[in-house]
Amino acid sequence: MNANGNQDAELDRLERSLRASEELDAASWELVRHNLADRADAAGLVDVAFERHDTPLGTVLIGATNEGLVRVGLPAEGEDAVLTELAKRVSARVLRAPRPALTDARHQLDEYFDRRRREFEVELDWRLTRGFRHAVLVATARIPYGATASYREVATEAGSPNAVRAAGTALANNPLPIVVPCHRVLRSGGELGSYRGGAPAKAQLLELEAAAR
Amino acid sequence: MTLSAKADAPPPFERVIELHGPGLLRFCAARVGSERAEDCFQETMLSALRGYDRVRDAGAIRSWLYSIAARKAIDIHRARARFPQPVDDPEPLAATHDAPVVEDEIWARVRALPEKQRQAVTLRYLADLSHREIAEVMQTSEPAARRNVFEGLRRLRREAGARASHGSGESPVQGA
Repeated sequence: MNANGNQDAELDRLERSLRASEELDAASWELVRHNLADRADAAGLVDVAFERHDTPLGTVLIGATNEGLVRVGLPAEGEDAVLTELAKRVSARVLRAPRPALTDARHQLDEYFDRRRREFEVELDWRLTRGFRHAVLVATARIPYGATASYREVATEAGSPNAVRAAGTALANNPLPIVVPCHRVLRSGGELGSYRGGAPAKAQLLELEAAAR
Repeated sequence: MTLSAKADAPPPFERVIELHGPGLLRFCAARVGSERAEDCFQETMLSALRGYDRVRDAGAIRSWLYSIAARKAIDIHRARARFPQPVDDPEPLAATHDAPVVEDEIWARVRALPEKQRQAVTLRYLADLSHREIAEVMQTSEPAARRNVFEGLRRLRREAGARASHGSGESPVQGA
């Protein structure tokens, strides 16, 4: 009985010391993590590369395929939701990995928020949108910096003047906010209307552009 | 690919890395020593990425990853046996490569266990796998997995006792 008790205590101690070796320091893990991203990308195993980027709106997630920028995720959307959407709709091989296209987009975002850039010059991958929605976003991309348009105007521009509601849906699902400036589309009365990143973010972008004029 | 297959598509691989990466790296270190741990880990993750679009059961990802890591560890051991390095003793107990990915003293002793016990103990305590998951990785039954963990622990304890009473740091030669 006593011997058994001792044995149990010893087993407990052994189990504890086996579990105790679980610490892994953050810096060496980050290095291993970084090497993995490099090797995976070099082997062509990354279908969507993404990075986080700090902006005045908060941390934005930007994702790119080999074809170009595919997604800009605003802080209000939640990173998990954005990554899960990419996994489902593009490929589950989504990895945080540096890419020239992402570095480029990050620079341009910085310049935009510094009011040193009015147009984005990045390759876009439009695969997350199609049909009429795509046409609405293409029309939206033509609205100049600092200007605004109404939902009806972009619907008309996209070829269906009466599809105002559908145009609203297209804009609410814009996979590339900021870069494709859906914040420049307002209700006909001049009200803000909704925004994927929340109404305050929309107001903030419009103010930024108004101040630069 | 059907719609339903899309519906329970696996999570973004980034999440897999965050969730299981550190555990897999420690597992590799325990199996092949700290020095070769990263190699084993990188090979495991690249292989997982290659096969990731065929994953259908998101719940089985963990044991799938550890099966790959276990295979990679064996590959590394074999390569080492084929091209032995002069200073490097392929005998598992000699795996006192420093580098603190896992605390080496106890894991050097685990590495000296018989193969099945070694693998089971490592999966249980370092990777925190359930007995069912260990059974999946080792392609055995759940009771067998449980027994291997238990026997491994018992042996470690017995050896610790023997070392304490003989005052020796070496692994005692003991019957299985």
